[in-house]
Amino acid sequence: MVIVFQSKPSLLAGGVVAGPLENRSVFSQYFDAVYDDERWQMKTNEQGHRKMIEEACEFAMKKMNIQNGDVEYLMGGDLVNQMTPTNFAARDLAIPFIGLFSACATSVSSVIIACLLTELGAANFSLAGASSQHNSIERQFRYPINYGAQKPQTAQWTVTAAGYALIGKHREEYPSIEAATIGKSIDYGMDDPFHMGAAMAPAAFQTIQAHLEQRNQKIYHYDLILTGDLGQLGLKLLKGMFVENGVKNEELTFLRDAGAEFYGQDEAFQSGASGAGCSAAVFFSYVLQQMRAGSYKRVLLVATGALLSPLSYQQGETIPCTAHAIEITMK
Amino acid sequence: MEKEQYQQLEQNVTPKPPYLKNVAKAFFVGGFICAIGQAVSLFYMIFFNFTEATAGNPTVATMVFFAMILTGLGLYKRIGQFAGAGSAVPVTGFGNAVISAAIEHRSEGVVLGVGGNLFKLAGSVVLFGVVSAFFVALIKYILVTIGVVSW
Repeated sequence: MVIVFQSKPSLLAGGVVAGPLENRSVFSQYFDAVYDDERWQMKTNEQGHRKMIEEACEFAMKKMNIQNGDVEYLMGGDLVNQMTPTNFAARDLAIPFIGLFSACATSVSSVIIACLLTELGAANFSLAGASSQHNSIERQFRYPINYGAQKPQTAQWTVTAAGYALIGKHREEYPSIEAATIGKSIDYGMDDPFHMGAAMAPAAFQTIQAHLEQRNQKIYHYDLILTGDLGQLGLKLLKGMFVENGVKNEELTFLRDAGAEFYGQDEAFQSGASGAGCSAAVFFSYVLQQMRAGSYKRVLLVATGALLSPLSYQQGETIPCTAHAIEITMK
Repeated sequence: MEKEQYQQLEQNVTPKPPYLKNVAKAFFVGGFICAIGQAVSLFYMIFFNFTEATAGNPTVATMVFFAMILTGLGLYKRIGQFAGAGSAVPVTGFGNAVISAAIEHRSEGVVLGVGGNLFKLAGSVVLFGVVSAFFVALIKYILVTIGVVSW
């Protein structure tokens, strides 16, 4: 399950753009841009979603002074049917592209593929990331935006954000990816689409466990283990699983969750944030910047994804989940 | 960790829905909406030529109109988050279900978008409403026929 990258590809830059509500995020100061219009002045939510992806990629490229033509591969995905926002963004960016779907874990699965291409020598630069746009995802998975259904405390809020990372050959002065773990699809029988944290926590647990075991590491070897979008309850469950496994509570202080922290303690967002854009936005802005500033030396990013569809839910299926991890180090 | 063990942990960590609080909120908001409906009904009876039996239709239309305004302004979903069934069960909730779907699917055009999806959420309400009305009427008809109650 664990891939060790001999050449240690580097995360050269991150581009993160977010919607208006994300101004309320504790991470918003790290984003490249926060827009007032959730549709990016486009006619539909889906077009706005596309525009957001393009801008995130452009921010990442601009930071390294390169153009679309210099980037060999684009890896990414979103949560809309057939991933048209990402597919259409790829059309406009005109970079060779493979769309990836690991639900909200796409932010890391895309980076893993980009690292493999870099390691192979096939790419000098590649872009990898994921995105979500609240309105277009809610209509896909739940109800119309203005429908007055009551969300339970376990629900999470899909963020409007796109995060893309520019990955290139190893450079000392940038955070580099040493290893990655591709997660299994884990199903613990959870079936509530308004309680995704509970469905995803076991997947995160298994991926972290597998990574640590095969890398011969302990939790304390990391300055930060950051999961994608478990939310406050999901993070509690993940910690609970570690505690049951004999890990002491004080060791778990460096175990955090992007979704649980995204909107601070604002109760309007119930259990916290979710969506492919949640992990991507936090990983490729806050984490990269903190690593470059030297605050973190070794970080494990674990993006979590719930692999359900409205159809599978209505047919009474449980929710299988996955989690992919990358281990990033900074000299 | 085994599945059963995890499900136990999940049960312990997940907060129980505040049923009593939810029921109280639904009761008062739902009651408030119905009181407005009663006022509208009286309005039609006092100022127009409606009786208690005939005031129902314009009252329902007016309440759905209010729901439409609130949905369009993005307020109904906030009321819904607070009140739960209190704002979903009255006819305004039905209006909200229809109108939110119409707004949502405007981007796919008037025929395939709005027309095709208008009753996406409310369709089952219409279907089961009509079916249950049929059976209620049937039961009443039988009871009247055998002389238990009168029309």
